[in-house]
Amino acid sequence: MAVSASYVGRRYPRTEPYEVGREKIWEFARAIGEPHPVYRDAAAAAESGHPEVIAPPTFAIVLSMHAEEQVTLDPEFGFDFSRVIHRDQRFEYSRPVRAGDRLTVAVEVAAVASVDGNDVVTLRAEIRDARQEHVCTTTSTLVSRAVVV
Amino acid sequence: MHDDVDSGVTGGGRVNGKASVAVGTPLPPLSFRLTRAGLVRYAGASGDFNPIHHSDRVAAGVGLPGVIAHGMLTMGASLRAVNEWTGNPGSVLDYSTRFTRPVVVPDSDEGVELTVDGSVVAVLDEARVRLELTVRCGGEKVLARTRVVVRV
Repeated sequence: MAVSASYVGRRYPRTEPYEVGREKIWEFARAIGEPHPVYRDAAAAAESGHPEVIAPPTFAIVLSMHAEEQVTLDPEFGFDFSRVIHRDQRFEYSRPVRAGDRLTVAVEVAAVASVDGNDVVTLRAEIRDARQEHVCTTTSTLVSRAVVV
Repeated sequence: MHDDVDSGVTGGGRVNGKASVAVGTPLPPLSFRLTRAGLVRYAGASGDFNPIHHSDRVAAGVGLPGVIAHGMLTMGASLRAVNEWTGNPGSVLDYSTRFTRPVVVPDSDEGVELTVDGSVVAVLDEARVRLELTVRCGGEKVLARTRVVVRV
């Protein structure tokens, strides 16, 4: 069951805004074992030059992964998500994600390949703020492993 | 906590305004543990509820050796080695990795230990350096080609 190569280059409409909450940032920071004060305390964030508390750099995955379900869970695409493992991940930042940001995500299917029966999909998600300024681009390569018979 | 930064070498960037940074400057090593409870916590915080990260039955059913950690949890937790060194997580400009080997997390109180080593591999300009990290679990590399560009 191969993924549809016709999806390469497909771009999805920008998502509805996701409002970044302070408590969500702190919950995420604790979950990755990094209770740094810039994720919690506006004064500590200001000392580091940030106008608000910031999110951990990998927080952007929360938005990307959700937005990418438009592709990964699309039955017509033919991707078996139950057999997915994450192969590569990249984050490129223009600035940190901050509490209060209203962020939208535009997803693009960057590449689709079949390697030894495994479906390999690379998705790019471009995250912008309410002023349409670039915040972060995430690039994720996911592999749906072939069923060994 | 930045005594490990070599302050005797010139021509590099500065970290926390304290010391110059040259190629080869090591990061203080980091180790951390992942447990089943930690995986459940990360699932809730991230919204990634794939059952291979909490169910032995589902993990075995798709051919995995056991419940495995979210790759993004390993990636996120490992970055602390860099953030403690720079003192400012907001200085991360680019972070990339390949997940080479799944981190199997046993159903035990102690879970599994991961270690992070890293060093400066390039001084890009006065304001930016590139670091490379090695993340291991049980002596095996679980993240490869792990590169972080930070503002210094």
